[in-house]
Order: sequence, then C-alpha cells, then structure tokens
Amino acid sequence: MRQTAWAVPAIMLALPVTVAQAHDETAVLTTYADIAHAAYEDSLITARALDAAIDALIADPSEATLAAAREAWIAARVPYQQTEAFRFGNPAVDDWEGKVNAWPLDEGLIDYVDEAFYGSESDINRFYTANVISNPTLTLAGGEIDASVIDAALLQSLHEIDEVEANVATGYHAIEFLLWGQDLNGTGPGAGARPYTDYATDGCTNGNCDRRAAYLAAASDLLVADLEEMVAMWAPGGEARQAVLDAGPKDGVAMMLTGLGSLSYGELAGERMQLGLMLHDPEEEHDCFSDNTHWSHYYDQVGMMNVYHGRYQRVDGSVVEGPSLSHLVAEADPAVDAAVTAAMEETLARMQAIVDLAESGKAYDQQIAAGDTEGNQVVQAVIDALKAQTETIEAAVAALELGDIAFEGSDSLDNPEAVFQ
Amino acid sequence: MGGLPAGGGCRLPAILAAAIGALFAVPAAASLYEAVTAPATDFSRPEAYERNPGGATTVRRDDRGAFAQMAANLGFTDRMEFTLGEAVFQRRWVAAPSSTQAADGLGPLYNARSCDGCHPGNGRGRPAAPAEGLILRLGIPDGGDARPDPVYGAQLQDLAVAGQHREGALAVTYTEHRVTLADGTSVSLRAPSYAIADPAFGDPDPRLALSPRLAPQLIGLGLLAMIDEADLLANADPDDADGDGISGRPNLIRDRDDDAPVIGRFGWKAGQPTLAAQNASALALDIGLSSPLYPDPAGDCTAAQTACRATTHGDSPQFEGLEVPSLLTGPLDYYLAHIAMPARRTIDDPTVLRGKALFYGAGCIACHTPKFVTATDPAWPALSRQLIWPYTDLLLHDMGDGLADGLPEGSATGREWRTPPLWGIGLLATVGGGANFLHDGRARTLDEAILWHGGEAEAARNAFAAMDAAERAALIAFLESL
Repeated sequence: MRQTAWAVPAIMLALPVTVAQAHDETAVLTTYADIAHAAYEDSLITARALDAAIDALIADPSEATLAAAREAWIAARVPYQQTEAFRFGNPAVDDWEGKVNAWPLDEGLIDYVDEAFYGSESDINRFYTANVISNPTLTLAGGEIDASVIDAALLQSLHEIDEVEANVATGYHAIEFLLWGQDLNGTGPGAGARPYTDYATDGCTNGNCDRRAAYLAAASDLLVADLEEMVAMWAPGGEARQAVLDAGPKDGVAMMLTGLGSLSYGELAGERMQLGLMLHDPEEEHDCFSDNTHWSHYYDQVGMMNVYHGRYQRVDGSVVEGPSLSHLVAEADPAVDAAVTAAMEETLARMQAIVDLAESGKAYDQQIAAGDTEGNQVVQAVIDALKAQTETIEAAVAALELGDIAFEGSDSLDNPEAVFQ
Repeated sequence: MGGLPAGGGCRLPAILAAAIGALFAVPAAASLYEAVTAPATDFSRPEAYERNPGGATTVRRDDRGAFAQMAANLGFTDRMEFTLGEAVFQRRWVAAPSSTQAADGLGPLYNARSCDGCHPGNGRGRPAAPAEGLILRLGIPDGGDARPDPVYGAQLQDLAVAGQHREGALAVTYTEHRVTLADGTSVSLRAPSYAIADPAFGDPDPRLALSPRLAPQLIGLGLLAMIDEADLLANADPDDADGDGISGRPNLIRDRDDDAPVIGRFGWKAGQPTLAAQNASALALDIGLSSPLYPDPAGDCTAAQTACRATTHGDSPQFEGLEVPSLLTGPLDYYLAHIAMPARRTIDDPTVLRGKALFYGAGCIACHTPKFVTATDPAWPALSRQLIWPYTDLLLHDMGDGLADGLPEGSATGREWRTPPLWGIGLLATVGGGANFLHDGRARTLDEAILWHGGEAEAARNAFAAMDAAERAALIAFLESL
C-alpha cells in the first residue's frame, strides 16, 4: 500500500510542465481594466444625471420631477450592475463597494417606517429606528449624536455605524429608499409609493421635508464622489488597475475568474435569489423599494459576460473590447470555452424571462411569492443556470491550470509528502 | 479514483489524499498519526503547518471579517449552501404571526432575535451590562444529575414577545479579590455572583443552580466535529491512571435519535454530541424556535407557564410544520461547519516561540491538546484529513471550586468543564465580539483566565504564577498569536 501511495506523485512529476501560452495574458488583463474603467465611468455619468434629477426634484417637487428622478436612478443601475463582476477578486473594489451598493438595509436608520411592517426595535442594531431625518439629535444608549446638520460627513459617520452592516446610510439603496419609500405590498403588486410631497416645502407630508431633501442631496453627492474615486482607481496608473497588472498573468487571470465565480453563485444565485425564493420573502429582494430587481440581476449577468468576452457596450453605444478571457480558455481547451459561452447565454436567456415577466406586470417580489408556481419556476431556472455557469467557470480555472484559486493555504494534509515525513 | 484526469493539474492533491487515506488502513497508520500529532519538542522555530490552525480551511485574514469567511478549500459552487446558512444565522426572527411565515416563530421566550445577536462577527458575547450573549442555564441538581426547573425550564429567557412575560433578568455582581504572584505582582480577579432579578413566575426554587454561559467564538466547529472518537478517548484518563493529577473524561451523551452513547463535543460542558444538535438547542433555548431536532414551538416554556404555551407559534404547514425547517437547518449546519479558521500571524516571533515553550512546559497541553488529524468522511470532504491545532482535548476536567457552577450536565459534574479550544482567541476583539474569557467571561485578560484555573489545572496555574513578568508576557504573546 505504501508503495502504491508514493507511486502516484512520481507519475505526476513525470508530466510535462505547462507550455507557454500563445495568447498574451497581459493584453487580456488590460482589456479587463479598460472595461472596468469604462463601466465605472458610465456609472459616474449616469449618477451625475441622477444627481441633477434629484436637484430638480428638490427645487420643484412634483409628480413629474419625482418620476424623472426615479427614471434616472433606474438608468444609473444599468452600468453600475455591470461593474459587479469586478467586485469579488479585486480587494480595492470589494473594500469600497459597501458604501455604494450595501444591501440589505435597516431603512429605519434614515427615515420614517411603517412599524407594523418593519418593527420597532432590534437587539443587534440600536439604530434600527434612529430616523435621522426626524431627529436632529440621536439619543441612544451610550450617548448622543448631533445630526442637526445633514451633510456628507454625517452620512459617512452613520454608515455601518456600530459595525452593523445593515446600517446603510449611503449609496444606491439609501437613495432608492428616499425616492420610493418602503414597499408595503409584500408579495402583492406594487413598489414603494413615497409621495413627492415628502419633499414639498409647502404641504410637506411625513414631516421634516427639508431634512429629507438635505439627506437625499447629500447621498447623491456622495455617490458621485465615490464613483469618481473608483473611476480614478481604474484609470492608467490607478490602484485597482495596477493591482491587476502587477498580479501577473496567472494571479491576474485568477482575479478575473474569482470575480465571476463568486458573483455567479454565492452572491447572485445564493444570497440575492435562492434565499428569497426559499423563504418567499420580499424583504430578501435586492432592489426592494423600486421593484427594479429583475434588471439588477439581468445586468449582473451582462457584466459577467462582458468580462468573459472582453467586450463592453457603453451607455453611449460605443464599444470597448480587446483580447479576452474567452480567447485564453479557448486556446487551452476549446470545449471549455464553448461550454462557458453557452452557459452564459443560457443564463442570460433565463434572466430575460424574469425581466419579461416583471415587465408584463408580475414584479420580482411577486414571482417569489409562495404558491406562484410560474414565478417560482422562472426564478429557479435562473438559479439553476447560474449553477451550471459556475461549474463551467470552475472548468475554465482547471483548463487554465490556475490551481484551486479558492483554495488558498491548502498546504495541510493535501500535501502529505511534507506532513508525513 | 482510477487514472489521471486529462489535463487537470489541480487534481493532484485529491489523488494523494485518497492514497494517504488508503495508507491509514494499514497498521503503520497509528505511528504515522502519532508522529504528525506529537507535541513539539523543538521551540527554536515554528512547526510545519503551524500557521494554518484549520489545515486547508485556513484563510489569511486578521481583520474584522476574520471569523466570517468560507473555508478556503471550498469552491465556488459550495458558496451557495454557505451563503444560505449565513443568511439563516443572521436572520432576525419576528413573533408569529407575521407577513413572512418563513421568518416568524420568535419566542415566546427568548434571549436573542438572531444567532448573531449573541455571536457578533461570529465572535464571543460580552458579559458587560447589558449582557450580550451571556445566559443562565438552570437546573435542579438531583444526585449526580440535574433536571430542568419545573417553572423556569432549562434556561432563563430575559426577553419575551409582546403579550408575554419575560422570565427575569440575569443579575451579576462582581467582587474583586487580589492574588499575588511569585514575583510580587498583584492581579485582581473578579468573582461573580449570579441571581435572577425580577423573577416573573415566582421565587425560584432555593435548590436552583444557575450556570452562566458565554456565547463562544464559532470558528473551527466542523473540524472539532470531525475528530475521531478514538483520538479523543486516547487522551481520556478518567481514573488518573498515570497519576499526573489530570483525569479528562468524555461527556457521554445519548443522542435523541440514537441510544448508543456518543461523546459530547459542543457547549461549555460538552453537552451536545453534534454540531446539528448544538445548533438546534441554541435555536430552541436562545431564540425559541422549533426545528427538526426540537419540534416544540414553545421552546423553553414549561407546563407551568400556561400563557406562554398557549400563545401563537410560527409552525407553518408549508415548512414541515416547524418554525425552522430542515430547508434552513441544513444550510445553517453547513455554514457553522465551514467557517474558515484564520491563520496565525506571528508564529516565528522569538517571544511567541518562547511563550509556546513555556505553555508546554507549564503542562497546559495536558488538556489544551495542540494537534489532531481529522477523520475522513465523504459527506464532509473539506473537513476531512486536516491537520488541526485547536488546543483542546474536548474532555471534561474538574476546574476547582472557584469555577464550579454546581449544575451537572450529561455525565459532567457541577465542577467540570470542557477544555475550550484556544484557536482564534487572539482575534476576539478584532472581529468585534467580546474579548473575555472562561465560561462566563469573568476574566478580563488571559492572565486572569489562567489564574482562575483550579482543580486539575491548579499545577499549571501555579507554574504560571511562579513565572517572572517576561515569561508570563511571552506565554500570553503565544496565546494572542493563536
């Protein structure tokens, strides 16, 4: 038995070493960074448009200006969601992402809530119903916080306060809440229905419209500033771009695949989809105030395909493209590249079914309702497709001989030669 | 496992692991195991793989998220189950009925609304007022055994849903007393005294034993579950046959579904044999939730607490007639089994190495066993055959009068406690939980914790007390590096 055991590594050692790749990984990494830069720049452009629409809403609150601000928010989500493929695998993005896209949130931190729907307290979050907009001074166990002036600094100080991740004071979802309000319809039809008069200087509803407007304006300004920061990080010489290029051909490509593998299954299929479907719980919906979840999921998938194929269509219609991950995988194993490509197309097609159903009047939170067989099946089909897609991504990792990239520090008994002397 | 997979260089470890698995089937295995797990004798440099206390599950993290990562040797497709379990762990339960049947069923009596209410950042609870993650287990001692209180049950719940009475509050008062070490250093220890404040269901039985329990850190649980029973029993010495003053007894538990006794591993007295049982017990006693192993939706409400038993519960027909169906306990168990172990930071620091030698020399490893190799189970591949460094034998030891709680549990007496694992204790504050020690968090520092050791651990405690300041600091530096 012992001899058998040691015969195996001897055979493995006899295998030839990897031949040099004909394709240039550095060019692939450059395409990746170029797409990231363009997608964050598009996110910034659309966030500035959102900021202008919010200024217009605050200057002249009306049905029309509120609707325009909501439309601008939905438009801003299109490029941003495509950047999510860059989040996992790039520490510079993952560390930054929380202030821009944190979710889910205890919205009672920010503004009034329906307590019958939301509850009034939490044993793990003393800011659960802090309601900054209504309270110039936050009185809490352990002291007071001066919130008399609502500005960017205050929002930043409240974000993830007490190290509670659900204390989301900034970013897209805080703005979403301020534009739509709570969706009190459960798994029934309808999104949040905040009235424009929540911002009215004359005839203010729900009180403190001036403070609410100040909050919204500050959150919007911060979003723009945070996106400016990320655009710079992907510009030539920027920290995030440099980290990818400095990682070298193997680790750089591994970062790309980590982003795809982690977003596909754990984050998107798992936390954002399977959980809500399993529990039939609309509180687990990603864009729960606006009912824009179908598009958020859809553009996550588009973003992953951008990374794999090295091609991004910008919001102005122009295209950024170059040598891609797909090329590298095809050189290593054409069958694997075909499998990844097919699996991604399949996921996109099934995502389209969620979008179609939502656009036809059955929103994502209705699709996951208990007993909605049609909706449940459509959502489950996407989850299954994301699983199949993730398996092909793992096959791509193997084809590129990147080792088990999630297997950091696997030098224990899996390396018995060293342990069992 | 025949043949080599085409083109798959990364398959090498799996093949080797299988081959080594075969190796263990032959008698040479025992000596090989002993060689790998033998305590260190050379303290001039770190041991091989010492940096990775969780074997291949280990991640390089020393930040706030250090206890919240997925085992490093799981893949992308494993992340679904892990993520779902994490969501159950962080789920905030609400009273039934609510609009979301999948999240209701809190209480009626409870200590927390969510798992992470007591284990912030997957770290420890805090004994500070108001206590967070410190609870009182209750029981009336009866010979060598104990039974739940007929009124207050097995645990004091200090919260209740609307319309119900909480049972009371944990009240603790501390009395400081000084101990003087050999070099003249004086250390203040705080001795706690526990009581039930504002008991809502009448004065407690005068015989009632109160056993305070602090929520522990939640790393490495799946690995502890995977230590072979034989390897645990090899360290047991119930009659102190070797005369070293240290016994070490397994807490033999009869599982609900299995009448054969199994070794308890989880909880401060090793009262739960499996991670699933431990998790289900916590759901029932701490949050008041029914689950497959504890199907009673009223949790710890006793027959005497009639209003509590009569109130609405959250069992739902579409969820197996339970508040937490197997659909959710499965991922929860998976999650808690696969939280990654953070790597050690400073294993080659000379002070840490000196502290390690002192830790060994003082006899601490007689109970805080440094190393095991986990068993192989095809159902838990990521946890199989890992060289792990938990610094526990998972056995019960008499810890003396100072720490005794007077509440037997299983075969544990009112003076015995399970050796707690020491891995991760250097990161307790970093992850945002409490950084307090011993079963009730009475020790504010590791020095205090060591000085509280009595009974079987008295000799080791005295060895520490006899050290000079630099030696004590080195030993603490070693512990902080874990």
